[in-house]
Amino acid sequence: MIDFWWLMPLTAGLLLALVAGPLGSFVVWRRMAFFGDTLAHGALLGITLGVLTDINLTLALILGSLLLALLLVPLEQRARLSSDTLLGIVSHSTLAIGLVTLSLTQGIRVDLMGYLFGDLLAVQSTDVLWIAGAGAILLGLLIWQWQALLAITVSPELAAIDGYPVQRLKLLLLLMLAVLVALAMKVVGILLVSALLIIPPASARASARSPLQMAVLASISGMLAVLIGLWASFHWDTPAGPSVVVAATALFIASLLLQPWLSRRAG
Amino acid sequence: MNAEPLLQASALILKRQHKTVLDNISLTLQPRQIMTLIGPNGCGKSTLIRVLLGLEGVDSGHIERRPGLRIGYMPQRLSLDQRMPLTVQGFLRLSRGATAATIQHWLQRLNITALAQQSVHDLSGGEWQRVLLVRALLSQPDLLVLDEPVQGVDVQGQMELYQLIPQLRDELGCAVLMVSHDLHLVMAATDEVICLNGHVCCSGHPDQVSINPAYIQLFGMRPDKTPLAHYTHHHDHQHCAGDHGQASPLAPPAYGAKRHD
Repeated sequence: MIDFWWLMPLTAGLLLALVAGPLGSFVVWRRMAFFGDTLAHGALLGITLGVLTDINLTLALILGSLLLALLLVPLEQRARLSSDTLLGIVSHSTLAIGLVTLSLTQGIRVDLMGYLFGDLLAVQSTDVLWIAGAGAILLGLLIWQWQALLAITVSPELAAIDGYPVQRLKLLLLLMLAVLVALAMKVVGILLVSALLIIPPASARASARSPLQMAVLASISGMLAVLIGLWASFHWDTPAGPSVVVAATALFIASLLLQPWLSRRAG
Repeated sequence: MNAEPLLQASALILKRQHKTVLDNISLTLQPRQIMTLIGPNGCGKSTLIRVLLGLEGVDSGHIERRPGLRIGYMPQRLSLDQRMPLTVQGFLRLSRGATAATIQHWLQRLNITALAQQSVHDLSGGEWQRVLLVRALLSQPDLLVLDEPVQGVDVQGQMELYQLIPQLRDELGCAVLMVSHDLHLVMAATDEVICLNGHVCCSGHPDQVSINPAYIQLFGMRPDKTPLAHYTHHHDHQHCAGDHGQASPLAPPAYGAKRHD
């Protein structure tokens, strides 16, 4: 009988890349990359929380991420320059606090490397269910609010005059990002989460003519990176998460090299 | 014109740090009226616009908009992130309630149908201004708000745009509130001018404002456009630098500066 154990990590990776395409595009358009990093680093606190209270780790991750996102809301509203430093402080101190408290929880063994760099091959069917469920909600929200989210990204002022609830939509985007970061943790790890958000949209930019095209191409490019990365990981026994990111980067470089040709077609 | 005013602002005050940006400003905008705000850089023109639009709050004062007022706004500048691929058509579709038909109509009206499929990142300053104007027109506004509509537009284009504004007013039946730094360019197209420098320096019909001492003090006399033609009327018009804040009467568009003779 053929062993299908690789089906779980593959499904998890593909689902994540699918959702990360459009959400990552917003991260790129709205310059929220550092924000994604901060959320990811802070998520380690969520893991600590989960370990200490003995609740489902994925749930703890999502809750921790959402909480941090809410705390960061005032930062997102402010001017980018001044918030950079503050974000950096939050980002690295939460990572450090998470590492320290985890090391203090004696008797409980946590696969720290797994959280830092992802442990795609340890993904189980419950993880896939979490990713599928939450991913479906995220994708549904993105499709439902696509026009509104684009409008506030292009110009919050014009969107406000058009009657869009700008602040609420910004919050929605932030919370969606928090959930995705929490879900992606298991796959690519804390340190590489934002790579999955940023690199595929960057690769998609050159050949896209509309925001929708860019989002869809980003999904495709991300899923391709998952396929290539996992294949390479099995083939050469390299860590899965970093292999996916390396594959995404290779695709990005390819898109750069092809850019003259692509942009002639895309305009 | 006994219609209900579209927008009425009274005694707006806004302080930032220690500077008073808006100092007791009142104005009333009637249906179909074209009102121009002028004033030196940093005089609070754009801030006043943003306050009237509800994008910014004030420390005190009151703004009343006619219920259901539809506003079309053309911002002073809007720079789009290069990382978002966007065509003119795609940009315009983001306007709430825009249909393919209205987009087509206004693109045609402003002679930029050819730009529809172009990337917004490849447009010249003048082309982009026109696209922004179309964006403002798409909601069939009762009030068109234009913040420095000719910025980055060449002289020929400026004249065309200013000629367009009264035409658009007639076509839509809307009022227009615009910001300009140059009174002489907008004179022909304006019913009422409000000269702003934190407070309202003077207001009234452009012919009158242009010879108002408060205006001349702010802007100087233009060597090429000396108000000689109006000079005979000069003694009729007392300058109104003193009546801060209540410069705009509640009356219909004023066709003459305030005077007390």
